[in-house]
Order: sequence, then structure tokens, then C-alpha cells
Amino acid sequence: MTSQRTPEVAVDLGLSLRGVVKTFGALRAVDGLDLDVRSGTCLGLLGANGAGKSTTMRLLTAQAIADEGEIEVLGLPVPAQSKQARAQMGVVPQQDNLDIELTVRQNLEVFARLYRVPRAGRGEAVGRALEVAQLTGRADTKVDDLSGGMRRRLLIARALVHRPRLVLLDEPTVGLDPQVRQELWALVDALRSEGVTVLMSTHYIEEAERLADDVAIMHAGRVIARGTPTALVAEHVGSRVLEVYGPPARLLEVEQVGRATGLPTRRTGPAVAVLRAETSDVVADLLPDAVARPANLEDVFVLLTGEKVE
Amino acid sequence: MSTPARSAPALRRIEPSAVGAVVFRELTLYRRYWRSTTFSSIVEPTIYLLAFGFGFGSLVAQVAGYDYVDFVGTGIVATAVLFSSAFPGMFGSFVKRTFQKTYDAVLAAPVDTEELVTAEALWIALRSGVYGAVPMLVAVGFGLQPSWGMLLVPPIGVLTGFGFAAFGIWVSGIVPSIDSFGYVISAVLTPLFLVAGTFFPINGLPGWAQSASLLNPLFHCVELVRGAVFGLELADLGHVLALVVFAAMMWLLAVRRLRSRLVL
Repeated sequence: MTSQRTPEVAVDLGLSLRGVVKTFGALRAVDGLDLDVRSGTCLGLLGANGAGKSTTMRLLTAQAIADEGEIEVLGLPVPAQSKQARAQMGVVPQQDNLDIELTVRQNLEVFARLYRVPRAGRGEAVGRALEVAQLTGRADTKVDDLSGGMRRRLLIARALVHRPRLVLLDEPTVGLDPQVRQELWALVDALRSEGVTVLMSTHYIEEAERLADDVAIMHAGRVIARGTPTALVAEHVGSRVLEVYGPPARLLEVEQVGRATGLPTRRTGPAVAVLRAETSDVVADLLPDAVARPANLEDVFVLLTGEKVE
Repeated sequence: MSTPARSAPALRRIEPSAVGAVVFRELTLYRRYWRSTTFSSIVEPTIYLLAFGFGFGSLVAQVAGYDYVDFVGTGIVATAVLFSSAFPGMFGSFVKRTFQKTYDAVLAAPVDTEELVTAEALWIALRSGVYGAVPMLVAVGFGLQPSWGMLLVPPIGVLTGFGFAAFGIWVSGIVPSIDSFGYVISAVLTPLFLVAGTFFPINGLPGWAQSASLLNPLFHCVELVRGAVFGLELADLGHVLALVVFAAMMWLLAVRRLRSRLVL
């Protein structure tokens, strides 16, 4: 395959997947996935539950082996040289797997060894990770006694103890309070500013919008849209959205207006949103009860992946 | 071409630093729970020792040419090693793999399944080498003569314990739920430790059962411990070989099974 490399590969890639397929029985969890992340950027992998995000993460650490396709992480072929790649990457799993019986410091010490931080640098590495997690004062607390937010910060800091060049974050803020989520966003943002490559899966659209340089929307095991949040919004849903709240009968009328004017619509619970409203001169007059708002990534996501969750 | 060499597939080798890191994790945890582990690993075989020693010892003075306390005080090492290796292998690995997801975290680091299995089995084996010797020391209190050969007992325990720890890890990758270990304990482990020549000699059994006991690693452990304590013979090399083969087979099975469970 080496001879068929296209010029685009010359870009410095933190990771790349080409034509990757992974099946579990009849389920094609990843189905012809092409994805790459340039070094030093943050890619938000957006998708509903079951879209294939977690399987993609596992493929990158060789904790799942692809049936087809090629994977490279930090320039190393995976799974062939996965161990070398793993030594330079940090993984924040979706499910908290800290050792709850151990203290904060002990958890970090174990991972400093697992990631081969040299003996002389271990103390410093653990100290730095404690600072990242803002848990220096809690270093000797058992993980079991930490709050949910502290545990998440520790889980992220644990993945950074060896100063990785690439970090995989699998749903880093799922199930957390808004305040805690914002703390973690600051953490991820700091990584990006240090030039670390980040792949972050999430189904919180706001998270992707805030943190990611680039967003890939994943559906049924493949990427169906890719670009900066702004470009994706402009391309798929325009700039202005008209939203109408009302009883079901009114919502049906609004959808008819959308069809009549050739504008896409989507349901958002008790409302209907008419997308690309800026392209029509008449739609605003036809919907006097509508509230205008800027188009956002959520509009793109729902438009592309469907309104119903399977 | 600036791409890194993709020709040579990475050797499936065991890095000491990877094994050491996993053992370090176990050691750190052990500092928290050593009391309960040590208690159950030592008290249970000691109860067997006292029950059989006093119960049978009052009926029979000599067994297979040994005083009964000497016979059971050496044989009990195998029981203690089994309890302190197979059980943590089964339950510990199951919990770490399925409930705590510890193994997922370890394999996301630069550690491969064979290193993980080696480290887990090695740690349990080292512990069971120590725990295995304790009931024998208790027997010394009841009249077993101390000997220099007893220094060989912990290494024998480590070798046997490695095999049974790996056995436990293998089984932990097969059972559908933690309750299923009951079948393994009743149908496999109990017969193994009862018919290993620990409490009564094998040569009283029917011929087929004597032949079958050659396949019982605990029988080889028992014989080897008696050899170490009362005088080694050439035949003991065979027992060492049997234990090495057992450990190697179980390691291979455990690695293959766990890899299929951890790497999707």
C-alpha cells in the first residue's frame, strides 16, 4: 500500500484511519471509516450512542482489531506497533476505572510506571499530574472519598502523567454537572494550547463546538460530515433558524410552510425549526409567531443523523 | 519514503518494566488489604492441618513410612498454595476485568495481554510461595523436624502457585458470571487437593486413580515438598518438570483466553 500514498498523507497526522471496518457478529460497528486528525489539533467526534465512537477509540489502542482497513497512530501502524504508539498516547475512558481503594497519588504512581516514566522523573510527573487535576491538597485521599468531578479530573490527569503527544477522550464529561463540565473543558483546552493532539468523542454538541478545531459527525459506523463547526453549520443549515413553538397542529402547519418554501425543517421537542431561513424572503412573513436564532451545530447534527434515536 | 518501517511485526516479548508496573499496582493494593488476604490464606489450611493431624494422627501413627504429622505437615503446603493462588486468580481477575475495568486501563497503556497475565500470575505466585510455607511452620510446632531443605519449599510454592494462578485467570475468562466459580471449585479444585497425597497416600487408591494423580499438579507439588524436606531423589526432577509444564500450559491458555476477552 505504501506506493499508493496520496499527497494528503504528507500532512503531519496525529492519527489516521483508512477504510476501517469492525464487525461484531452481524453488527457493523465501524463501517468503512476514514478519519484523520492533524497533529496539534482537537477533533470532536460527534455521534449518537451506538454510532461507533467507542469502537473507534478501542481500535486506536489496539483494544479492538479491525477486520479491514489501515490505522496509523503517531505515524506508527496499529496494531503492528501499537505498543510504541500507546507509550506516547493517553487514554481517558468513558467508564471510570480508577483504583478506588488507592489514594490519588498512588493511582498516579501506578500509571507513571505503566507508562514507563523513568524513575528519576516519576516524582515530578506525579506532582505535575496532581496540579493538572487540582488535587495536590488531596493527594493522600482515597479515590473512593472524592467527588464525581474530582474523580473525572483525576482520570484525565492520569492519562497525562507521561506527557503524551496524543490524547483520546471518550465522552469526557458524560453525566457530570455543568460546573464540572466547564472545569474539564478548561483542562482539554489547555492541552490543545500545548500542542497535544486530541480526539474527543462526545454527544454533547456544545462540547464539540467549544473545544474542537474540527468536528466529524459519525453515524452508523462512518463519518458523514467533517469540518470546522462554523463551516458545517454554514454548509448544512445556513445561518438563521426560525423556531415556532405551538400545539401539534401548528407544528404540522409550520412543516408544511417549510416544504412549500423549500426549506428543511426539524422537530425539537415542542417546536419546529425551519433551517436556512435567511435564504427565503417570505418565510418570516408566513411564520409571524416564529423566534429567530442563529443556526448551530445541533441543527446540523439532527438534520444529518435523523430526529429519532434508534 | 518518510513513513516508519512497517515491515517487522513487533516481537511478542515480555518487558520487565511492563510486568514490574503491573506488579507494583498489586503491591500497592496489597499494602491495604494484606491482613484479610493473609488471614484467609493461612488459617484455612492450618485448620485442615490441625483437624487431620489430631483426628487422623490419633488413629494412625505412621503413613507411607512417615509419622503422620510429618506426612500431613508437608503435604498441606500444596493445599495452602492452591488456596492462595487459584482463588485470587479466578475471583481477582474476574473482578478486575469485568467490574473494575482495570485490565482495560492497563491495556490502554503500553502493556500487552501476555505481560498483564505474567505479572498477575507472578504476583500471586510469589505470595502463595510464602503463604504455602506457613502451615508447614505450624506443623514444626507440632513436631515436624526443621530441615535446610525447607528453604526450597517457597520456590516450589511459587512454581506451583504460578500454574494455579494462571489456571484461575484462564477460568476467569471462561465463566459467564462470578457464581460459576462454584462449579470449578467443587468439580475441579476440591478433588485435586483431596487426592494429591496430602492427607492420605495415593498408593491406597485403585490403579486408575493412581495413574490419574500423575496428571494432578498438586500431587507433584506434595511429592516435591516431601523430597525437599526429607531428602531429594532423582524422581523429583520429574516432579519439577511436571510443574513447569503445567505452569507453561496454563500461562498459554490464560493469555489466549484473556486476549480474546480484552481485545475485541
